Amino acid sequence: MNRSWMNLVPRPQGSSSLPLRYLNSADALLLLCLAAAAIALGAAVRHMLGPLVAPASMPIHLDMWYLPGYALRTTIRMFAALACSLVFTFVYATLAAKSRRAGQILVPLLDVLQSVPILGFLSFTITFFLGLFPGRILGAECAAIFTIFTSQAWNMALGMYQGLRSVPPELEETARCFGLTSWQKFWRLEVPCTIPSLVWNAMMSMAGGWFMVVYSESITVGSTDITLPGIGSYVGMAIDQQNIGAVAAAIVAMMVVILVYDQVLFRPLAAWATRFRLESVNATQVVEPWFLRLVRRTRLLRMCGNALLSVGRRISYLPLGSRPDTMRVDADESTGGPDWLWWGLLLLVCIGASWQVWDYAHTHYTLGQIAYVFGLGGITLVRVVSMLVLASLIWVPVGIWCGLDPTRARRAQILAQYGAAFPANLFFPVFVVVIVHFRLTPDIWLTPLMILGAQWYILFNVIAGASSFPSNLLEVGRNLEVKGWFWWRRIILPGIAPYYLVGVMAAAGGAWNAAIASEVAQWGETTLTAHGLGAYVAQSTQLGNISNVGLGTVVMCVFVMFTNALVWRPLSDFVARRLKLN
Amino acid sequence: MASGPEKKTFPSGSVLAEARNVSRFYHKDSAADVQVLDNISLTLHAGEIVGLLGRSGSGKSTLLRILAGLLPPSSGEVLWKGQPLHKPTQEIAVVFQSFALFPWMTVEENVALGLDARGVPAAERDKLVDDAIDLIGLGGYENAWPKELSGGMQQRVGLARALVVHPDLLLMDEPFSALDVLTAENLRTDLIELWSEEKLPVQSMLIVTHNIEEAVLMCDRIVIASSNPGRIAHVLHVPFAHPRNREDAEFRQLVDHIYALMTQRAPIVSEADLARRGAPQGAALTRSFRALVPVSITMMIGMMEALAAPPLNGRADLPVLAEKLQLELDDLFPLGESLELLRLAELEDGDILLTNEGVHFVLSDLDERKAIMGHALLHNVPLVRMICTLLDERPTHSIKAERFRSELEDSMSADYARQTLQTIIGWGRFAELFDYDEEGDRFFLEDETSE
Repeated sequence: MNRSWMNLVPRPQGSSSLPLRYLNSADALLLLCLAAAAIALGAAVRHMLGPLVAPASMPIHLDMWYLPGYALRTTIRMFAALACSLVFTFVYATLAAKSRRAGQILVPLLDVLQSVPILGFLSFTITFFLGLFPGRILGAECAAIFTIFTSQAWNMALGMYQGLRSVPPELEETARCFGLTSWQKFWRLEVPCTIPSLVWNAMMSMAGGWFMVVYSESITVGSTDITLPGIGSYVGMAIDQQNIGAVAAAIVAMMVVILVYDQVLFRPLAAWATRFRLESVNATQVVEPWFLRLVRRTRLLRMCGNALLSVGRRISYLPLGSRPDTMRVDADESTGGPDWLWWGLLLLVCIGASWQVWDYAHTHYTLGQIAYVFGLGGITLVRVVSMLVLASLIWVPVGIWCGLDPTRARRAQILAQYGAAFPANLFFPVFVVVIVHFRLTPDIWLTPLMILGAQWYILFNVIAGASSFPSNLLEVGRNLEVKGWFWWRRIILPGIAPYYLVGVMAAAGGAWNAAIASEVAQWGETTLTAHGLGAYVAQSTQLGNISNVGLGTVVMCVFVMFTNALVWRPLSDFVARRLKLN
Repeated sequence: MASGPEKKTFPSGSVLAEARNVSRFYHKDSAADVQVLDNISLTLHAGEIVGLLGRSGSGKSTLLRILAGLLPPSSGEVLWKGQPLHKPTQEIAVVFQSFALFPWMTVEENVALGLDARGVPAAERDKLVDDAIDLIGLGGYENAWPKELSGGMQQRVGLARALVVHPDLLLMDEPFSALDVLTAENLRTDLIELWSEEKLPVQSMLIVTHNIEEAVLMCDRIVIASSNPGRIAHVLHVPFAHPRNREDAEFRQLVDHIYALMTQRAPIVSEADLARRGAPQGAALTRSFRALVPVSITMMIGMMEALAAPPLNGRADLPVLAEKLQLELDDLFPLGESLELLRLAELEDGDILLTNEGVHFVLSDLDERKAIMGHALLHNVPLVRMICTLLDERPTHSIKAERFRSELEDSMSADYARQTLQTIIGWGRFAELFDYDEEGDRFFLEDETSE
């Protein structure tokens, strides 16, 4: 641990209030930045509350000067969604972890929600929110924000739930021993325990979030055209007008946004979160991110930070809630209460739900239609699998090559992480232009789009695996002159398998989701369509055919859940048992 | 520099805590509950340090948690100053084996935890925290994070955190066993010094330990617990004044005496009756098995070879052997017990001696050793015999391990069951009685499957 890290949150020495004349130049600049940010934020938010004007009269300008403003609005949506996800996560995860009964429903529900293709939701949420705020942009904004929310919330809630369930028993006992109330225990013990996984999951969901925000800013559901000013709608307009330069500009703007987001928000957050890690591993030395250093060195910010922390501390020690009671421990263990009533209720709900689904399916779909959609699902499945294989063939060797050398590994890791965070759908038009120009078959050439964003998961997990592969095992291999294919087969591939599997699973999830966005593509008047479930859902959304969207989404869910249960879960069990190092 | 916490008026010898007929069971869904503590009665007085000494499985940590109000007894009651104790109170503080520091709080914040929980005003809080930190020798470390500290320093934080609330009773759960020898000794001496000088703001201390010398070094009274389930076997008074010298003849004598007491054959509670041969499989066999501690075959062989070698010639004083093999008591006892279980050695009055079978084992070559071990396992470990019998009966010569695990769970907790099975697998593999397939979680006979 380096010294500066230790002093990360310095306490005020001596007098707590610093005279203002000691403010340094960084403070002044910062003040300026803050003011500018506030003004921009105000302007952007004001538009959100305005009335919804007809799409024709709310033009998206392709002029580059508008781009920063659009980028800002996209970012605000992102933040709003993150805030919602955070609130949701706290409520949901706490409920699931604290109440046995709630947990019995909420945890499996998360599993299901995670496998639902988020883009399939879009037509429902947009209809819902537009109905909620008729005639206001707010409705459309809410729909967009909700879409981003769905791409983050499940993941984060699951992370927090797991964190809450793995609070070390001896710390829990300490808290009870010193008589912390349930409120104090929640904020001083349970929430800190979950912070590392919460931050990590929030970071991981960002990638999906950017993808969604871009997609949801410009979308047509039946007769409703939604155009929210932002990078996504800018690209949409560029596609309409076949302006490849504007697409490039949007890509650059997005890169800048992601860079800033990462540097200002997540880097410092991730570094800060390491303090809450329970295992006392100090193998990886944390390099203090520049922004955190800035916070530390800038007096004004430091004062604000300290004030905030002490207020937080005081709030967390408010004597709310009940003091611990020995007798409750046993009450929790015993299965008190009328359990049969609870299960009976659940059963009733299940029966009601299945009857409703059956009734709906009966009146809206024919058997042939359902079979047809499953067939389309099969086509998309072939696409997903072939792309995973292709991406693995390329990125596993590259990842290993990078990962075995520390400096290369670090650089490649950063690149891959940015690649994963970047919304791949901004690149789609570039591909489409090529396909249109060379008159390629969309059924084949649209396929790579779905792995465009997801492939990076494979790469950075393989790099992580290769770089953490024990060097003494490599030395044994060299010592015994294990070479060539035998080396790959017996040493490195089993060694990275646990990491690779994590990457492939994430990539598969991403690819399914991207299918809806990638199987249909437009360039001006030209529309390219590949056969598949994604195209089916996308086209039904465009036509406003809600029942077809529902069918497509459910079928996709079924595919995802089946592959989870039949392929990924057994595989990860096997890998965890046999191939996990230590 | 303890500025003297206001001395509470408890005349030395007045009763602080009292456990009356406390028993504790583990709840299990399927079968009978597993008993951890059996009818424990124990009184803690002001002005004394009590040591609770026992092997693993004696439920001493459970008892400590019941006395702290962290766990309720299944039957019986705990009185604190004459009143029934139903929940943790700040008059009783606990120090944990694993330190239990919050990694996201600085040393100062960790120490202040109990005060902040009560909402002690800032000025008073800071004063108390400073006092505790100075008292326990943590001055200068106030702003450090726990991760930066060595184990000894971390446990000092744990101590300061417990002392800052000025508890009447300090409960310590193996407080020094996670520390290296030198650090532990340093901390023990410091603590006793503060106690002798009456600088500790506590009335009484209970130290749970498995280290006999530690108990004799620190305590005024030693309570020895027997295992499975935990009972109080002996209570001894330690008549020496502080500071004590480990090399004193009387000190050594007392240590030897305790070794002897602890190696007295404990009344075996639920030794499995011999597996009824030919009992129909699947029939509800309500026999109970003994939990086995994870002792590797190499450790047992090493111990037997050391015992047989010249200076010892087959018999050794346990403290001497512990020193020679550089083993802790908690490592030595399971080894001795396992050898005793297999009838390769015997424990007697603080000594361990090889049986004829044990001597034979040491003198044999590897194949013979395997045969002897196989014989010993089959005759002395009912579970092994049960596995072998069933494997022989099955045409496939293969059987799921799960069924043995669940059978074990009828008489012990799930953790012990897993551990016991793990130990059996290790021993059985050495003796080549059966093999185990981790992937399929099943036992099988090697020869038969390869044919």
